Amino acid sequence: MANKVVYAVYEDPELLKDAARKLVTAGVKVRDVFSPFPVHGLDPIIGIKRTRLGIVSFMFGITGTSLALLGMWYFMIHDWPMDIGGKPSFHFYQNLPAFIPITFEFTVLCAAHGMAITYLIRNKTLPGMPPRNPDPRTTDDKFILEVRSEDNGDIDGVVGLLRGTSVYEINERQY
Amino acid sequence: MQSEAAIRTPLILGHKTYHDLTHDIVAPIENKAPRGWYVLVTIAALIAAYGIGCILYLISKGIGVWGLNKTIDWAWDITNFVWWVGIGHAGTLISAVLLLFRQRWRMAINRSAEAMTIFAVMMAATFPGIHMGRIWMAYWVLPLPNQFGSLWVNFNSPLLWDVFAISTYFSVSVVFWYIGLIPDFATIRDRMTRPGMKKFYSILSFGWTGNAKAWTRFEEVSLVLAGLATPLVFSVHSVVSMDFATSLVPGWHSTIFPPYFVAGAIFSGFAMVQTLALVMRKVMHLEAYITRKHVEYMNIVIMVTGGIVAIAYATEFFIGWYSGVEYEAYAYMSVGAATGEYAWAFWALIICNIIVPLSLWSKKVRTSFFWAWAISIVINIGMWFERFDIIVLCLHKDYVPSSWTMFHPTWMDVGTFLGTLGIFFTLYLLFARFFPVIALNELKSILKMSGESYKQEAEHHHH
Repeated sequence: MANKVVYAVYEDPELLKDAARKLVTAGVKVRDVFSPFPVHGLDPIIGIKRTRLGIVSFMFGITGTSLALLGMWYFMIHDWPMDIGGKPSFHFYQNLPAFIPITFEFTVLCAAHGMAITYLIRNKTLPGMPPRNPDPRTTDDKFILEVRSEDNGDIDGVVGLLRGTSVYEINERQY
Repeated sequence: MQSEAAIRTPLILGHKTYHDLTHDIVAPIENKAPRGWYVLVTIAALIAAYGIGCILYLISKGIGVWGLNKTIDWAWDITNFVWWVGIGHAGTLISAVLLLFRQRWRMAINRSAEAMTIFAVMMAATFPGIHMGRIWMAYWVLPLPNQFGSLWVNFNSPLLWDVFAISTYFSVSVVFWYIGLIPDFATIRDRMTRPGMKKFYSILSFGWTGNAKAWTRFEEVSLVLAGLATPLVFSVHSVVSMDFATSLVPGWHSTIFPPYFVAGAIFSGFAMVQTLALVMRKVMHLEAYITRKHVEYMNIVIMVTGGIVAIAYATEFFIGWYSGVEYEAYAYMSVGAATGEYAWAFWALIICNIIVPLSLWSKKVRTSFFWAWAISIVINIGMWFERFDIIVLCLHKDYVPSSWTMFHPTWMDVGTFLGTLGIFFTLYLLFARFFPVIALNELKSILKMSGESYKQEAEHHHH
């Protein structure tokens, strides 16, 4: 038997959320939701975990901090100490105040770019990738809820449930 | 759904649906450009071409073709640099700081303000680049292993801090801007019917799907980038001010420079946002999105930051005079400056930056599109004079009276400055033609909360 995917189209994020809540309560697994903007409060309903991108950003950030401090210690204290305007350069801690601005900038640089690159890779959004939303209207004004037969045994029962919500249209496809 | 107090002025006027929003923002990209756009872009491109010619001439001849002399060795070049960096502060301030403060009105202007920021920082970076004289050695600012016995750059110097600050600011702003643009490019991709253009926006949209997890990540990235960009905005202009504040030139050696420069940057940045947004609003028919209330909010920011700047001028003037140090007698905020050969520049600053913006305290003025626009231009001019005064006035009469002199700009000074204006406006016009000028995905998320007709409906239900 071929697998079946059902796309339930809604016109408002609140209507979609109500439908998702109803489905999940009935034990249906919602595969995904496609929307033109973030639907707040949807993630806990359909069981999406919090992203760890914030942690990624922190890791990149402290890497930047460490690299900046290590680099400046090497350039200014270890490899070629210079007497510039009498600013002390015998020890790292003496010269540290002058290193703060670049340490900060480099931390931000690494945290921001590291997170942005991770984000693009995790989302599979990279230059040249083909669009993968099921319906072009999801980037305009429609909100689509996706249910698959491989996650739910009784897909026709799910369609019945969906018809009971304020759905705009229901499309079924084989894949 | 979150709701908004009925007393708050709606941010989207009239009755709009999600589809109307898409249509209003994307239609100018799909349709043929109006004739006015071609006229403007031609003028801007011609000025840009002239400016590029001037820059090439300057590089081939050396910076002696500018009017710099032995006393005044920084003048229009660094004035233009600081002016452009200052303008480049509003974009990230609007998108990052106002995001953290959950100011929803930012959504109508953040996209165009960020574009303005990016182009302004590009123009700013041009000036120290060409001011080096031998631009082919620009890589010397980087700590690269080299053939001079591993001689490193000086990490004690604010000029080097500036290299790191500006490049971090520029690249982070570009990333922040582009990540916000991706979902909107996907909207254009899915609407566009012309195959060539569809392909173009398909590439730009990176295959965006808009599924639930992608949006969760999108919001997390926006929030964290805003959190990172907020201290970045303040650090960048602080570092720019340290180029002056850490030197020993009277008038420059001043501890209030960092906060004062940051306030000045926000002041001038918002003025440039107004200058551009008010024209864009009219030409691209965005009256429903960039409303009178948006203009008033921006003018309030201008009033606050303008007030901070005015207090800083007064402090500089008073402390310089009260110190009794004769070297301060001709600094840019001094009796010497107000009455000397550069009195015109001093008073231009006072009139443009303090006196004219005072009119914004009248609600009638700050809610008028025409006056907001006119005053924004005056502030742009005033902020250029502020940097000119700080640089040239402080240098022209410092410690050694025998080297006191005046600065006379040459055609190259004028040409390079006009040229950057030309390049800036060319880039901005291209942006307005081909990119979604309003953050569509953000605006849709507030439509049912802050849209005029939805608010009325909600209130109707309430009674």
